[in-house]
Amino acid sequence: MNLTLRIWRQSGPQDKGRMVAYQVDDVSPDMSFLEMLDVLNERLILSGEEPVAFDHDCREGICGMCGLMINGEAHGPQRGTTACQLHMRQFSDGDTIDIEPWRARAFPVVKDLVVNRGAFDKIIAAGGYITAPTGSAPEAHATPVAKADADAAFEAAACIACGACVAACPNGSGMLFTAAKLTQLSLLPQGQPERYTRVIGMVDAHDEAGFGGCTNAGECTAVCPKGIPLNTIGRLNRDYLKATAKGAGTPGS
Amino acid sequence: MAVTGILLVLFLIAHMLGNLKIFTGETAFDHYAHWLRGLGTPLLPETWFLWIQRTVLLAAVLGHIVAATVLAVRARAARPVRYAHRKAVRGSYAARTMRWGGVIILLFVIYHILDLTTGHLNPQGDSANPYGNVVADFAPERWYVTLFYTLAIVALGFHLRHGAFSAFRSLGQQTPGGERRARAAALVFAVVLCVGYLVVPFAVLTGLVA
Amino acid sequence: MDLFTEGDPIADTKAPDGPVETRWDRRRFDAKLVNPANRRRMTVIVVGTGLAGGSAAATLAEQGYRVRSYCYQDSPRRAHSIAAQGGINAAKNYRNDGDSVHRLFYDTVKGGDFRSRESNVHRLAEVSVNIIDQCVAQGVPFAREYGGLLDTRSFGGAQVQRTFYARGQTGQQLLLGAYQALERQIGLGNVEMNERHEMLELVVVDGRARGIVVRDMVTGEISTEMADAVVLASGGYGNVFYLSTNAKGCNVTATWRAHRKGAYFANPCYTQIHPTCIPVSGDHQSKLTLMSESLRNDGRVWVPKAKGDDRAPRDIPEDERDYYLERIYPSFGNLVPRDIASRAAKNVCDEGRGVGPTKLGVYLDFADAITRLGRKAIEAKYGNLFEMYERITGEDPYEVPMRIYPAVHYTMGGLWVDYDLQSTIPGLFVIGEANFSDHGANRLGASALMQGLADGYFVLPATIANYLASGALEKVDAGHPAAVEARAEVEDRIRRLLAVDGDRTVDSFHRELGQIMWEHCGMERSEAGLRKAIDEIRALRQEFWKRVRVPGSGEGLNQSLEKAGRVADFFELAELMCIDALHREESCGGHFRAEHQTPDGEAQRDDDRFAYVAAWEYTGDGEPVVLHKEDLKFEYVHPTQRSYK
Repeated sequence: MNLTLRIWRQSGPQDKGRMVAYQVDDVSPDMSFLEMLDVLNERLILSGEEPVAFDHDCREGICGMCGLMINGEAHGPQRGTTACQLHMRQFSDGDTIDIEPWRARAFPVVKDLVVNRGAFDKIIAAGGYITAPTGSAPEAHATPVAKADADAAFEAAACIACGACVAACPNGSGMLFTAAKLTQLSLLPQGQPERYTRVIGMVDAHDEAGFGGCTNAGECTAVCPKGIPLNTIGRLNRDYLKATAKGAGTPGS
Repeated sequence: MAVTGILLVLFLIAHMLGNLKIFTGETAFDHYAHWLRGLGTPLLPETWFLWIQRTVLLAAVLGHIVAATVLAVRARAARPVRYAHRKAVRGSYAARTMRWGGVIILLFVIYHILDLTTGHLNPQGDSANPYGNVVADFAPERWYVTLFYTLAIVALGFHLRHGAFSAFRSLGQQTPGGERRARAAALVFAVVLCVGYLVVPFAVLTGLVA
Repeated sequence: MDLFTEGDPIADTKAPDGPVETRWDRRRFDAKLVNPANRRRMTVIVVGTGLAGGSAAATLAEQGYRVRSYCYQDSPRRAHSIAAQGGINAAKNYRNDGDSVHRLFYDTVKGGDFRSRESNVHRLAEVSVNIIDQCVAQGVPFAREYGGLLDTRSFGGAQVQRTFYARGQTGQQLLLGAYQALERQIGLGNVEMNERHEMLELVVVDGRARGIVVRDMVTGEISTEMADAVVLASGGYGNVFYLSTNAKGCNVTATWRAHRKGAYFANPCYTQIHPTCIPVSGDHQSKLTLMSESLRNDGRVWVPKAKGDDRAPRDIPEDERDYYLERIYPSFGNLVPRDIASRAAKNVCDEGRGVGPTKLGVYLDFADAITRLGRKAIEAKYGNLFEMYERITGEDPYEVPMRIYPAVHYTMGGLWVDYDLQSTIPGLFVIGEANFSDHGANRLGASALMQGLADGYFVLPATIANYLASGALEKVDAGHPAAVEARAEVEDRIRRLLAVDGDRTVDSFHRELGQIMWEHCGMERSEAGLRKAIDEIRALRQEFWKRVRVPGSGEGLNQSLEKAGRVADFFELAELMCIDALHREESCGGHFRAEHQTPDGEAQRDDDRFAYVAAWEYTGDGEPVVLHKEDLKFEYVHPTQRSYK
């Protein structure tokens, strides 16, 4: 099939950027979306143009590196699917496809479709862990964990930090990402000692990074390729209210 | 948002129940209106309670607006460059119209106070006879008032539908089952409130209350 | 010209003698320690943030060293360990099914086809139990039973249930555990994290590894970072085949640059090929996706009996199908080990009986299982895998049999290290898939995660102290002539890559290299094929330096330049892999030589001639490489021939 792509081109952080149209012909429906971009890039290189920079790595939907706004939808039209797992059979011949980077102040554009998601790492560094230095661990079976809690913790832990939640959120909020990690750790007995300092630290880091606030719109969970449930945000709120009531300090303080 | 919203919702419930007293007849309704002014006496002087209540409500409204503005400003700052192509995926109309819905409701409330509280915009404007004021307000030839009132109440319904669910969430509702219940409760609540508020003008319009 | 010469034998001098189960304890006791106050003055560079690198950086920082960590991804959490699905082995014996440290040790040595070191493997098995404790303490959400205790399952090559797992995402969850520990240290200021940085050269001063030259992939800036020791945890080199289950960015550059600076490269030809991947769908294919091995529990593998049978699978009657695994290996059937299943698929496709548009595929059919167990039961077991398959191929595996084909998955070879995980360059430590140490010629399922974390959490932090404590290192900075020279080499290479300005893209070369490797150094190798491959690789490499086009400049983000540097190193590695495969005139584990098979087509080891580790020394461009042999002694697990008939 033949497609028209309109792609955001921005040569660097200082550049203003613009949408540029490209024609891509003979696209196989068996190609992944990123393979279609590979084809475009091969052509651009041979014709002396700059290829389109986009992030990708594992191409099997788990590393979280790829992230494209495809026709206004984070990761494209197929639910529960990252851009790398999206295949061209989801589109039809003659389609025009708009491709943009994630847009958020906390995710500044590096080049073209590549953004810097370092803000997510900062949120984790502000408390998204259990302090358990190597060698200090007790026997694994010393603390049983109810299966329901373990399963729910896993469900939240499945987050791949791709940033689609932020990209889709009308408020540019990173609350689903933050809540996913908080929920995982606060459901497990190992996570209890730091539960309330953790939530304060992570939410503060989230706000400092320039993400918007949550208004429970639910766009995040709808586009999340891993289906992180919206109710994790409820758990975050609950822990946060308790933590503020308790007057918990920030981690490390 | 959640706390101020809940205060306003409590007022809305009381206000709606009061409105429905109109079906008990003119005397009873006017008597109820009068009774409101004397609430709290003799512990408090006449109309003091009403003013305390008005102050709290005003504070809640302002708080609600300030919080909403902070959120909106943050949201704007969080996405300095807009998308060229944007599509809402979840499609919850209620969630996406909170801000404009809120503004419409605010404009309505101002009109509503000038109309039925102070009486400035009311065709009758007799503070001793609220029943008459209401009947005059929604008279069939003033259909446009009823239309505006209806639109505002529907906007309020949408606002409440997402607002009520959102308040549950902000206050820590956190299980998937609870989420389903919270959403259902918010929907039922919004519908009940809408109906409760709309029966009065439509009763006047259809001559049920005259 | 001879391809290689033989040098002096090499030996691991660090592992103590005596009973194997006491060696690690004694090594740790004999190793020198660094006073906590002195640790703050010592800097360690860690390249890579996967299970090995992430856990090592976090642990070293916890111990008080100053750590500088580097990864090419935009976050340390995205290293390719994240893609591991199945699980992690540990000799916990929670099932009371007869498991023990010794049994895990035994299974691993045997699974490696008797080409690994007993001392290392035993240590791995000992440490495995601590890994599970550590990960649980970090909040890794392992699968649990209703009683709240950890669940385990069985995996290939073992008769006990010792594999711990977190659904199909064990690698992700373990990596996030290490990543969070690392982020904690970053937050505390003990680790300086450098994302989107690529190591392009090793700095060796007076024979010791003292730093690296890195390129900031965002700004293009080249910098030289000095340290007291360098740890490489940069993963495997499966991407030399272009198509593999590795992430697109996985590369050999860090280890290859170290090899060129004097670190020996061991057993490069040992490549693991996984039998159940989704087949290539066309020339556009950029990578291959693994389908869990567990599918072979219920799926039956078959091809048509007749060559070129183009009928739809459902139209081929039962008696015209060849369930070849069940036919050739009646006792193990569809559950033969990975290497055997892979080679059998290749053989039937070579006979012209492959299926699908490219004829490089075999059916994995669930029709019988669905009839027997019902669709619901199959959905419950494999639902997510079936969905993934449908997403990629557009075919519904409940209705049409899956098509699968083998793909490169893991590389057992890597830089040679001693028992302390130190390479032949003092001060250069190599951990995880980047070293060669523990899996011999074939890795068992669920053992890669175990090795990465064992190295990073427990082994390296103990052994690196011995090196750092062995006398003060002279203070050197980036102005040292050796550092300046290394940096100049990097800059020169980038200039040369950009200057070619030819008419072919990097990917076109990479794809062609991959085809050569897959054809001649893949599932089955032969002397003629390998010689041909070496010639072709050399010619292609020359063409690369004449015709490659790398657009843009060295400044700023330039993904073509990144790829070009990696592919240039893959050419050199590919040649060494072929030389190693050519010299090893036997078949073992992931290395199958057509000339060395039993009459019924099974791998034929030659323990008399090849029970050694082949460690290769680089001597200069175009010079023959030098082979150093490390003899392997088996005191506890005695070599036997594997049979699955």
